[in-house]
Amino acid sequence: MPRPFTPKVVTANDLVEGDVIYLARNGAWVRDMCMAWLIEDEAEAATQLALAEIQPEIAVGAYLADAKAGPNGPVPTHFREAFRSKGPSNRFHGKQIAHAQPEAAAHV
Amino acid sequence: MYDYNNFDEGFVRNRVGQFRAQVARRISGALTEDEFKPLRLMNGVYLQLHAYMLRVAIPYGSLNPNQLRQLAMISERWDKGYGHWTTRQNIQYNWPRLADIPDMLDALADVGMHAIQTSGNTIRNVTADHFAGAAADEVEDPRPTAELLRQWSTDHPEFQFLPRKFKLAVTGSKADRAVTKAHDIGIRIVKNDAGEVGYQIIVGGGLGRTPVVGQVLKDFLPRADLLPYVEAIVSVYNSLGRRDNKYKARIKITTMENGIDKINELVETRFAQLRPLFSGVDQEHFNDIAANFKAPEFKSAPLDTYHTARDTDPIFRSWVDTNIAEHRAEGYGIVTISMKAHGATPGDASADQMRVIADLAEHYAHGDIRISHEQNVILPHVHRADLPAIFATLRAHGLATANAGLISDIIACPGMDYCALATARSIPVAQEIAERFDELKIEHDIGHLQIKISGCINACGHHHLGHIGILGLDRAGVENYQITLGGDAGPDTVIGKRAGPGFAYDQIVPAIERLVLAYLDLRDDDSETFIDAFRRLGEAPFKAALYPEEAKTNAA
Ligand code: HEM
Ligand code: SF4
Repeated sequence: MPRPFTPKVVTANDLVEGDVIYLARNGAWVRDMCMAWLIEDEAEAATQLALAEIQPEIAVGAYLADAKAGPNGPVPTHFREAFRSKGPSNRFHGKQIAHAQPEAAAHV
Repeated sequence: MYDYNNFDEGFVRNRVGQFRAQVARRISGALTEDEFKPLRLMNGVYLQLHAYMLRVAIPYGSLNPNQLRQLAMISERWDKGYGHWTTRQNIQYNWPRLADIPDMLDALADVGMHAIQTSGNTIRNVTADHFAGAAADEVEDPRPTAELLRQWSTDHPEFQFLPRKFKLAVTGSKADRAVTKAHDIGIRIVKNDAGEVGYQIIVGGGLGRTPVVGQVLKDFLPRADLLPYVEAIVSVYNSLGRRDNKYKARIKITTMENGIDKINELVETRFAQLRPLFSGVDQEHFNDIAANFKAPEFKSAPLDTYHTARDTDPIFRSWVDTNIAEHRAEGYGIVTISMKAHGATPGDASADQMRVIADLAEHYAHGDIRISHEQNVILPHVHRADLPAIFATLRAHGLATANAGLISDIIACPGMDYCALATARSIPVAQEIAERFDELKIEHDIGHLQIKISGCINACGHHHLGHIGILGLDRAGVENYQITLGGDAGPDTVIGKRAGPGFAYDQIVPAIERLVLAYLDLRDDDSETFIDAFRRLGEAPFKAALYPEEAKTNAA
């Protein structure tokens, strides 16, 4: 039996900002993980990663990160991705500010 | 202090210009990331978890007030209003935009600073004792030596693509505040029996995945031989060092694999070839450099205000007792400004704090500022009569924490909060330990105790050298912390030993607390430090405190 595939999001860093970005279902890059495309199919994940890798003018270092479905969209399953999605735990910086001001969490 | 000349200025400006063009070509898509990455790393630009990071060199930790003010300005204009002091006398900016970095580099060049060779497989920022030129116990000021090495190594054509990064540290004091035995080359300024000043050369130290204490390669090297000898070492390493495996590429491995005698033989052979090529101009140059570092004119002034404050204000006294070190000049002291307020991020400085320190240095401290590898800021030359005024200003800005060398004066790397290589967080662990011992009000009773924390095996937080070292790991998707005991960054450097299984995030602070309380019970009296008690008693009673359940089972 094939081993079950853990759902993934395609993530990278934005070329100019360095900020964490995610691939959305419409092919756009978004800053908020809950707006990302949670890819449940292994072949699809591989295809989307390959497509992400040929957008070097937007996305740096694209990779597949484990995720699971949350109430408002994908959420991280590993603490590293949790910090990437939120910002550092020692200062109120990064994504957590955007979360406090939802209007700032717009598309790239 | 060393001032840039026109050549230095031109060189740095030229580099910024090149990098500006490279950034533009990257953003336009003319360069791929694979092409760009080595170029950005050559200019100290990393890509971290949340943003780019710019690492700026602070050669041998020395800054003047204008430079510090410029670092503050840069943090406000292009970052989030703070910077981070590292264990290698750099400042890191955690949030720049790629497009802004060339402007940041130009702003650095305006004050004679840059980010060249702060990354990559080359000779990194040359570090030195942060009390250089001030310490009472010094044979000689290490800064002229460090500056000579800096000039020699910067853009050295042969050493831009070494097998791996290469780190030099210099100390002029027996106390060795530069951790020379944990560097690729450690240089100690010593005197021989004839009273001549020269160098003891240590090679093959380093931390990271395989921590190694450096070995003495030369007991006494005459001053005039320094550059050809160091060049011989780096050149031997450049040809012998392994390029097939980056984990085995540092000179510590080269030395272990080949043996110190073989290295010695090769270095001597290479040195014999190189020595005649050094005409002595380097020594004339050394003398010019040394003239730039002459001691300030120390004043002779009454100490009444100092003594009165010390006798009447216990908070001031406590700060003086922990944060002021002996100066070589009568009536002077060396001030350590703690960047480790309880609960703060170790080593972070806000723009306001940087400016306060710059002003204090200008008014009271001959304009001389140092950044220590312990992530603190030093005012090396302060007349004690000025200490009460300095203390009052520091206090008003949250900079007067009296904890230098104490349990809350923790070295911590950025860890998983910022670093792309991390396996767990470091900073919050440091914050929680500091807060816990502040709550317990036993920090001063505990006395000298060094805790050092790294967020992965690369050991940027020097955990191997902590009396108590903490290494953050990822164990099956959760943060886990391994404790090492008995490390020491002193002149007889010791690598700590792993105490046993790691602790979960919420168990690490209680574990440290048990360990330290056990020490308080075990010590002879309050003059016996943690590390002394550990050496006297061995690890058993400390392990028992860390793993009480196991100790119970063993006793049963
Ligand atoms: C972008 C952030 C950083 C990265 C990617 C990074 C990377 C590394 C790596 C890969 C090593 C191991 C090298 C080896 O053994 O070959 C290392 C060692 C080290 N780094 Fe970092 N580091 C970072 C930040 C820092 C910071 C913030 C500090 C100071 C707080 C620091 C100081 C050191 C020191 C002292 C060592 C060990 C010394 C040695 O083995 O020579 N690094 N770093
Ligand atoms: S020790 Fe690891 S986590 Fe810490 S700064 Fe170095 S590379 Fe990053």
